[in-house]
Amino acid sequence: MNTRQQCKRIYSWVGRAKSSDQKMKTFQYRGILIKSERSLTEMCILLGEFVLVEGANADQPFVAKLLKLYEDGSQEKHAVVQWFSRITELPLNKRKLLRREVSPQEIFLDKAPGYGTDINVETIIKNVKVIPLAPEEVVPVRSKGKQIFFVKESWDGKCFKPLSPGLLSELKEAEKKKRVGSPTPLTDCQVFPSDFICSLKAETDRVTRSTMKTKNIQMEIESRHSASKSSLSKERHSQRVANGINTPGARKKLQLNSPTKSRNKLTGCNVLELLGDDCDALEAREPSATKRKVTFTEILGSPPKVSRTNGEPDSPQTMRGDWSKVAETIRISPYRRGQDSSLKAKNLDGKDDDTCLAEEQELKTRRPVVIPRSHRKCVQKTTALIAEQLHFLNISEQDQEDDYLPSTDCSDSSSSEEEESMVPCTPKRKTRSSTTLSTPKSSRKPSDTTPANTPRKSPEPRTPKTPRNATPRIPIRNQATEKPANVLEEARLRLHVSTIPGSLPCREEEFQDIYNFVESKLIDGTGGCMYISGVPGTGKTATVHEVIRCLQQAAENDELPSFQFIEINGMKLTDPHQAYVQILQLLTGQKVTATHAAELLAKLFSTPGPKRKTTVLIVDELDLLWTRKQDVMYNLFDWPTQRQAKLIILAIANTMDLPERIMMNRVASRLGLTRMSFQPYTYKQLQQIISSRLNHIKAFEEDAIQLVSRKVAALSGDARRCLDICRRSTEICEFSSQKSASGLVSMAHVMKAIDEMFSSPYINSIRNASLHEQMFLKAIIAEFRRSGLEEATVQQIYHQHVALCRIEGLQIPTVSEIMAICSRLGACRFLLVESNNKYLHVRVRLNISQDDVMYALKQE
Amino acid sequence: MSKRKSKETSSVNGECISQVQRILRERFCHQCPNGKLFGVQLQYKHLLELLKRTTIHGESNSALIIGPRGSGKTMLLNHVLKELMEAKQVRENLMQVHLNGLLQTNDKIALKEITRQLQMENVVGDKVFGSFAENLAFLLEALKKGDRDSSCPVLFILDEFDLFVHHKNQTLLYNLFDISQSAQTPVTVIGLTCRQDILELLEKRVKSRFSHRQIYLMNSFDFKQYLRIFKEQLYLPAEFLYKPFTQKWNKNVQSLSEDRTVQDVLQNHFHCSKDLRSLHMLLMLALSSITVSHPFMTGSDLLEASKSCRMDSKANIVHGLSVLEICLIIAMKHLNDVYEGEPFNFQMVYNGEMKVSTLKSINITLLLLK
Repeated sequence: MNTRQQCKRIYSWVGRAKSSDQKMKTFQYRGILIKSERSLTEMCILLGEFVLVEGANADQPFVAKLLKLYEDGSQEKHAVVQWFSRITELPLNKRKLLRREVSPQEIFLDKAPGYGTDINVETIIKNVKVIPLAPEEVVPVRSKGKQIFFVKESWDGKCFKPLSPGLLSELKEAEKKKRVGSPTPLTDCQVFPSDFICSLKAETDRVTRSTMKTKNIQMEIESRHSASKSSLSKERHSQRVANGINTPGARKKLQLNSPTKSRNKLTGCNVLELLGDDCDALEAREPSATKRKVTFTEILGSPPKVSRTNGEPDSPQTMRGDWSKVAETIRISPYRRGQDSSLKAKNLDGKDDDTCLAEEQELKTRRPVVIPRSHRKCVQKTTALIAEQLHFLNISEQDQEDDYLPSTDCSDSSSSEEEESMVPCTPKRKTRSSTTLSTPKSSRKPSDTTPANTPRKSPEPRTPKTPRNATPRIPIRNQATEKPANVLEEARLRLHVSTIPGSLPCREEEFQDIYNFVESKLIDGTGGCMYISGVPGTGKTATVHEVIRCLQQAAENDELPSFQFIEINGMKLTDPHQAYVQILQLLTGQKVTATHAAELLAKLFSTPGPKRKTTVLIVDELDLLWTRKQDVMYNLFDWPTQRQAKLIILAIANTMDLPERIMMNRVASRLGLTRMSFQPYTYKQLQQIISSRLNHIKAFEEDAIQLVSRKVAALSGDARRCLDICRRSTEICEFSSQKSASGLVSMAHVMKAIDEMFSSPYINSIRNASLHEQMFLKAIIAEFRRSGLEEATVQQIYHQHVALCRIEGLQIPTVSEIMAICSRLGACRFLLVESNNKYLHVRVRLNISQDDVMYALKQE
Repeated sequence: MSKRKSKETSSVNGECISQVQRILRERFCHQCPNGKLFGVQLQYKHLLELLKRTTIHGESNSALIIGPRGSGKTMLLNHVLKELMEAKQVRENLMQVHLNGLLQTNDKIALKEITRQLQMENVVGDKVFGSFAENLAFLLEALKKGDRDSSCPVLFILDEFDLFVHHKNQTLLYNLFDISQSAQTPVTVIGLTCRQDILELLEKRVKSRFSHRQIYLMNSFDFKQYLRIFKEQLYLPAEFLYKPFTQKWNKNVQSLSEDRTVQDVLQNHFHCSKDLRSLHMLLMLALSSITVSHPFMTGSDLLEASKSCRMDSKANIVHGLSVLEICLIIAMKHLNDVYEGEPFNFQMVYNGEMKVSTLKSINITLLLLK
């Protein structure tokens, strides 16, 4: 989605270069103009303003303050920013340092080192409102103020500090300056000067008005909305009456905002655009008319939200039914406008007409474009914010249609009313301001209880819950697990492979090598690959995980820059290309198709991402990511080579020469030569592993441990096998505990366990086969010897079998019986039987060595 | 007087016989978990302990039960599960997932089935079955969430385990075994297979994660035990309604087992195949010859049953052929001997038959008429 977003915006400088540095060949500017291709809106951002910057996660853009804008010799537009962090960007363990609940709108001045402050201008999405708060001020609770952030404390990577008074005042000053907003002499802002004046006048006028007046207005509003929503509006009215008394004080502040309105409108457009882009990327799931409208309403509603918040962050909150925003606001606005204009602003009509018309047109043109996109977004996005406004969905489709359509009609019909179609943010804001403190819970209540709404409530649009957010779980057991009762059980528990040991003995060297590798890359802020090989059960994955754990510990203690750790396993993917999907999901939480994920990842790793941590990626079972074109492997190893990627890959596989055997040259060369191979454990190491796991529990005789270790080391050096044998021997010991005096696991028990696990089953099975089955095997060998071939047909064997039976004096089995015997032996894979229906002419081979058969049969 | 008495007894007998047949048929046909296990006490104990530890201690495990067809693998498992389920602590704590290699022919279907049996499909609507990859990720996440102490243990039973081995990359097996070897939801994976070479089929990573517990079942009993099993299978239970009849029946079974001909029949049968299913087949045929007028099984019944059991199917077909067809076959047999198995065409067969029929037509027809 990032790619699309970018291509739709055009960035240009505001004004001429403010200053230029001849030596560095840089030109500094005071602002930037962002033009959106799709909605044809422009937005101007000046130095000192706050902006949203594209991040890895499109739902959560970064917040930053614009400090400097410049263009370097290569015509690239750059910006220097001061970062602000959301609470979700801070490390989890540090969040508790705050000792308070943090609203999602609160951000922190980020003084932590390690993030580049130089970003590409094209990553800037739009401007945003940030309100500085003094330490004693509380962050206002808002149910849907998406576009406003509050800054109260700074974060320097270790602890939180309240903003220094100087900084605070500086920020406030900047804020105020912006609010007073002496209309900037910029091309786009200049389009609406009259608008500003008009609204300003209206504002001031309104301030002078008494509370009586507001009441009046509200009464009239009510009358307009009588038919369908009488109860709703009544409720609202009663609330507003209560508010009306409080508002005038706040209004003074509000009017300061009005100049920003035009900009707010633009941000509104931008939200639309942004959201639209979102939905493009994340494939629409369920188009529904209701939702579409709601999004639209929500989007239209957002500008007033923005302006409102800076107005009165502390205003007393009252409950207000959070009913359909747009419909409401649109309806209210023209009416109020009428009121205002009748009072004061009429003389401005002529002047404002053209601008407002233009704006209206803009609105109209935007609608058809936006609506189809935004509805998709609405469905796919189940983020908290939309969810909060969920109850709007309850208002049925027709209801909104009714509310919505007339408003457009009336805006079309009279341009005199239209003139203030942009102004409404002020009245809107006023009505809205009463809701500011309403918690989502309380605001939901009225809308639910309203009789007008409840019957028409349609829960359907919400029901198809997206499965992505579902957290699957295995049911919880009813009874607690029993604790180990004796030494043997305790030992068994500790010897289980799943137990994570406190330390990993015998892999210190490998551990150190990997640790150093990753650490150095982390400190340098570069990327790299490491290939780790070794036969199964030699502790590759365990060691790598241990390294990560140590690094994370170090990062927590601020000895290292923090990093993001993700892991994929080739065996846990259904298809090599799913690797992209998994990586992207782990990185950003997005769920997209494989091809799209590949694009997004490539973009993510190839562009200089602002504020990106180093990523440590473990790729387990690398060989399963092999495809014919090897594109997955190629990409994986290509990303770390890019300068901006900051990606460290630890690839794990079984075979030492995997790069040479299955990789193309270009893949192998990107993998590099940093390799490590885990040798199978020697018996001493295995011994050490067992004793370190047992940790001084006396359950095994020393000899027994040694026997296990030697046996396993000779066979495979697989630590898992070793632990399994030990576990099995404790079981054997427990069953036969009355026999052994010491109660410890002895050599005999271990021997028995090893026998159980490693002895070939064939000989025992042959001995337990029925007489004719054994005879049949004998006949096969006899036939093989006669013919000198390793293959025979059943017919030939049958003749031998009959002969053998005559010698032994047994009853001669019929052909049917022989066939049954043959298929039984075939099912157990003593024989390899041709799978066709040639009956007597089926070819048969032995699947075990003739010697084994002879040995098994002779013993009797 | 005596007539009525005899009538009464016959009606009682009739009732008895139908009861006997019902009980014994049930025993022979169904793999009822009430049936007795023979010669697998050790394996039984091993498996029981294994599953007990899973449910009570939350220990993850994996095991294979290997044995030829008809050796009682499923029966053993059913018995163990039945006993486990009697304990309340276990009943409430264990989730079972039964898969069969013949039904779940690929991992995708298997995953769906697992999700269904774990009753997790309702958690997410049908969307979980959107794609294979999503499904796998979903299931892995679900299993990963749990831990030893709090999660309900899950018992995976993979029947026809050898067929799961052929799934692509052995993804399912890898993941199941991997969970059983890591600190996630406790799972126990039990595979049932008749292939002795099953371990060689596992991929090396999968093999390393398998705990190498193998429980072998191989009908390891001799003829004496076989005779005992034969008796056990025929004995009527003590709680049978008609006590005198039960006594007579059981005495008869005892004498049968000592009878020479019966022992011969059983010996032959035992030599051919040791599995109990074929014994059941034999007894079933013998049982069907029992009527009111012939209330007790005799040696000749068993002999008859054994004969029909061992009947050569192809030879049976020849019995029903017409003269001409038999002539053709005889001619073919001659040609086969002459040409030593080389193929021949119809012309040659026809010519051969003409020769035979002109020379000894009368003899053959006479022979056949007899």
